[in-house]
Amino acid sequence: MSLMKEFTKGFWELLPPFRLVLGLCPTLAVTTSAENGLGMGLATAFVLACSNMLISALRKIIPSKVRIAAFIVVVATFVVVVELTMQAYFYALYVKLGIFIPLIVVNCIPLGRAEAFASSNGVLASGADGLGIGLGFAISLFSLGTIREIFGAGTFWGVHVMWSGYEPMAFLLKAPGAFVCLGLMLAAINLISARQAKRKLEAARLAAAQA
Amino acid sequence: MGFGDYMLFIVGAVLVNNILLAQFLGNCPFLGVSKRMDTATGMSMAVVFVITLAGACTWLVQYYILIPFNIEYLQTIFFILVIASLVQLVEIIMQKTVPGLYRALGIYLPLITTNCAVLGVAIINIQKEFDFVQMLVFSFASAVGYGLALCLFAGIRERFALARIPKVFEGTALGLVTAGFMSLAFSGFAGLVGH
Repeated sequence: MSLMKEFTKGFWELLPPFRLVLGLCPTLAVTTSAENGLGMGLATAFVLACSNMLISALRKIIPSKVRIAAFIVVVATFVVVVELTMQAYFYALYVKLGIFIPLIVVNCIPLGRAEAFASSNGVLASGADGLGIGLGFAISLFSLGTIREIFGAGTFWGVHVMWSGYEPMAFLLKAPGAFVCLGLMLAAINLISARQAKRKLEAARLAAAQA
Repeated sequence: MGFGDYMLFIVGAVLVNNILLAQFLGNCPFLGVSKRMDTATGMSMAVVFVITLAGACTWLVQYYILIPFNIEYLQTIFFILVIASLVQLVEIIMQKTVPGLYRALGIYLPLITTNCAVLGVAIINIQKEFDFVQMLVFSFASAVGYGLALCLFAGIRERFALARIPKVFEGTALGLVTAGFMSLAFSGFAGLVGH
């Protein structure tokens, strides 16, 4: 049961990059379309799940003084695996994501999870944690990419979805649009969680009053 | 390349293709350390120093180790290891030789290993096939552009302390929207260099 909990916390409680404000560079740079966002998210999820499991398996061997360097080597290894795999099977996507594939190494999410979770938890729990957070990241990137693509280009996954007279807001596809769009999404998520917290508090108060 | 070309090249790297606002490299420390002006200037100086040095080292590694031995596919691992050990080395040397500078920049150095602008610039240097001098100029100019954006942003953010901000926008959300408008302002420089 607790494995399930480790897995699902990445979807809301620690949803990157909103709750866990890490990994902003790829979030801003590659989400010009839903497809790019999903591809980047899944690549990161794979690296995160694998590196978390390996680091957790090695956690008793790695001396704590050089742990950061050791974590970086593990993460970099899986990034090279992803890089070569994408080059072989998804070349078009590889070209579009460009420099941001090797930059998964310095995306703070894998290192952050290694430090905060995998270095002190079991292999299965770390795998679940990495996969959950990674998929959460993929979902965030996919939604941001979807919003930017639909409003910025009038398409979804390359197919026209807006009515014919629709004037695309090209601003959203440019660099400034990325920052503004992510900022507004973060504010929306803050709003939802503030509402949730308030409702929980009221429910608790009601329960206390009844008891 | 003549002198004029270099000037255009520098303006392009600092303002038009600003690594932070146009190419999205190094955004985590950008939002993290930009709450106060003094930390922002310290971080900027550390970034300029490390990016230039790391650019030179990774360039040498690429052309004198990776290519002769045909192991370019290990670029990512080699570069990040070079950068991580370089940052550590710089920290130790600085601590022994220039303690004053170490006290000013020391706390930012460990943060720089995971600043993707460093690895990003190193990879761009190789992708664009710069020669050694072009690489040095590009790395330095990009880093200066990063520092410029970071300090300007910190100046804006210091004013937020005096403003009444809607609760849901507090912190990172408003930072991102502000960065968006700065990026819009910087994109106005695109007219300076015709490309």
